[in-house]
Amino acid sequence: MSQTDHTDQAQSASAKTVIWNDPTFRSIVSQVLAAGVLVWFFYTIFSNTLSNMERQGITTGFAFWNSTAGYGILMSLIDYDSTDTYGRTFFVGLLNTVLISVLGIFFATIIGFIVGVARLSKNWPIAKIATVYVETLRNIPLLLQILFWYNAVLRTLPHPRDSLTLGESIFLNSRGLYLPSPVPGLGFGFVSSAFYLAVVVVFIMVRWANKRQEETGQQFPSFWASVGLLIAFPGVVFLIMGAPMTLDYPALKGFNFQGGIGIIPELLALLWALTFYTATFIAEIVRAGILGVSHGQTEAAHALGLRNGPTLRLVVIPQAMRIIIPPLTSQYLNLAKNSSLATAIGYPDLVAVFMGTTLNQTGQAVEIVGITMAVYLVMSLAISGLMNWFNKRMALSER
Amino acid sequence: MKRAITIATGVATAALFATSAYAGTLQEVQKRGTLSCGVSTGLPGFSELDSHGNMTGLDADVCRAVAAAVLGDASKVSFKPLTAKERFTALSSGEIDMLSRNTTWTLTRDTSLGLNFTGVSYYDGQGFMVKKDLGVNSAKDLDGATVCLQAGTTTELNVSDYFREHGMKYTLVAVETSSASRSAFDSGRCDVLTTDRSQLAALRTKMADPSSVVVLPEIISKEPLGPVVRQGDDQWFNIVKWTLYALINAEEMGVTSATEDAAKTDNNPGIKRLVGTEGDMGTKLGLSADWAYNAIKQVGNYSEVFERNVGVNTPVGLARGQNALWTDGGLQYAPPVR
Ligand SMILES: N[C@@H](CCC(=O)N[C@@H](CS)C(=O)NCC(=O)O)C(=O)O
Repeated sequence: MSQTDHTDQAQSASAKTVIWNDPTFRSIVSQVLAAGVLVWFFYTIFSNTLSNMERQGITTGFAFWNSTAGYGILMSLIDYDSTDTYGRTFFVGLLNTVLISVLGIFFATIIGFIVGVARLSKNWPIAKIATVYVETLRNIPLLLQILFWYNAVLRTLPHPRDSLTLGESIFLNSRGLYLPSPVPGLGFGFVSSAFYLAVVVVFIMVRWANKRQEETGQQFPSFWASVGLLIAFPGVVFLIMGAPMTLDYPALKGFNFQGGIGIIPELLALLWALTFYTATFIAEIVRAGILGVSHGQTEAAHALGLRNGPTLRLVVIPQAMRIIIPPLTSQYLNLAKNSSLATAIGYPDLVAVFMGTTLNQTGQAVEIVGITMAVYLVMSLAISGLMNWFNKRMALSER
Repeated sequence: MKRAITIATGVATAALFATSAYAGTLQEVQKRGTLSCGVSTGLPGFSELDSHGNMTGLDADVCRAVAAAVLGDASKVSFKPLTAKERFTALSSGEIDMLSRNTTWTLTRDTSLGLNFTGVSYYDGQGFMVKKDLGVNSAKDLDGATVCLQAGTTTELNVSDYFREHGMKYTLVAVETSSASRSAFDSGRCDVLTTDRSQLAALRTKMADPSSVVVLPEIISKEPLGPVVRQGDDQWFNIVKWTLYALINAEEMGVTSATEDAAKTDNNPGIKRLVGTEGDMGTKLGLSADWAYNAIKQVGNYSEVFERNVGVNTPVGLARGQNALWTDGGLQYAPPVR
């Protein structure tokens, strides 16, 4: 019972212990051993693969990176033609993957938040429609949805000659969606400068308004003021300069539409499917987040005299965000990784272009699969990192 | 814990001894009792499942001939459908023993991909197909067109060479399978479908309205299609190569699956060597004496295989053309069995 008893026992025990019975020693040894086995294991696989490939006469290494690819790619955000290198096909594919992921995350978030709130609506039809949407699209495999939008919807669109059109300026056909593209004219530089200036002014104004509110409690309508500034200032300059912008309208020339902005149906189908699929999960996360904020908070806010709008904006949402952000991150990660289903419909993402055609033409599976896996890893880590940073900012700051 | 250790050691030993996996393909096929052969995911006349679920086609029959030569039974083949992108990885990883999937023999594939082409089972060239109502009569009129094709093929490379050479622009829609490229073309996603001409003929049979399309006259490449094996197993390379040659030689000597039994007693020493009643050709390959006999008996000679699958009396309807024997003015020429 007494203290000394204990120490005595411990001492005599440690005195008697042989070194391999010492827990610290054992744990160190076993960890070193485990790490050694792991290193040896991967090393063996690696060297085995390499020597196997060498024996089979398969070229290894990264020399392929700088040789000419020789094949064309449907869509590229950077200049690319078949005389460019395999290395460039990597960047073409990567940018297409990033594009679809960013657009998908953007739209899925908006739709997800709207639907999530709508499910909680007291308006019966709205809540029901949101529920039905979530329950159906969430339970149909994504690949099926992609194929559906691509084959069943976009493929039935007419030939370019018979395009559906909106005022002869927007066209939709089996080759994609064609929009007029703005071409800035002489003096447009002033308009963009005006916009940048407005951004700076808004920034300063918001800081000033926040400071004033903290010090004096007086509110300033910074939101509407910002919106007004951002639109009105460049708008006025635009008019003063005599509207220095023309539109480049798409037009059918030869086989296809030329001019304007063309969006390929593969991108539309993939974006549509990824957005509406992921949005269902985001809607559920948002709903759970809002329900997770106890009703007492709302009541307290009402008791303080806050109306419904400010209650949601200032009390409920900030607390719900803390519940929402971690699972939301997973949905973003899923969307980015699911974008690789692009291959199924021929959207030229990283997997289709680099891990598909480039791999097939060069045969360098190990290198190319390795690089592709690393890219997805880095992309996922970047998304998580960003979201963790955002999460920290949203976290409860104690005062 | 014990189980974990067992699994770990299992994996580790597998990794260690994987080194010796690819040496004796022949022994492995014999031990397994079936030949694992890579074919396409569906190309009429070359390799396609028929309504009874049997793999049919010229490429499939080349697999069968090898199975007959090696195992004595043409039915002992397990077919693995592969897309253009998957095929070489499947072969070099050992998932299949040989690839017979309208695959073009090129220098790169023969060298840095670690493959060996065993011969040419069909001499082909790349062509273009368009809808008649497009009003195009020559590939030279295709400037600005949208082109559908399959990813991971020589087709992709040839088409960009061709358009570049002629200073023309194009948009390329690359899809995964032949059925996807056909339906993309059918539905109007693209103006042109391009691939080897034999495949254009094959895909045409599956179109909603085959008479609404035309194949343009230009042939823009050489596409010698043939069976492929891995590098580093010369015995297996020889077996696949000589099985194909046996079928071609049989046609040249007039030996068919029907006349073969009679041929056993023929006076022609060349025929005797082929069917194994004279000489030790089988032993030299590591096979039994009746290797070629079995292949011809069970699958037929080259002409039989051709006419049955892609010939003028089939839906694909290809004339022998370049694939006639050299004695008939074609390119099919097999070295002598002696
Ligand atoms: N001969 C060319 C093209 C071979 C090829 O894959 N052609 C397609 C064109 S239709 C095909 O056969 N596809 C069948 C499939 O998808 O399984 C090559 O070896 O690269």
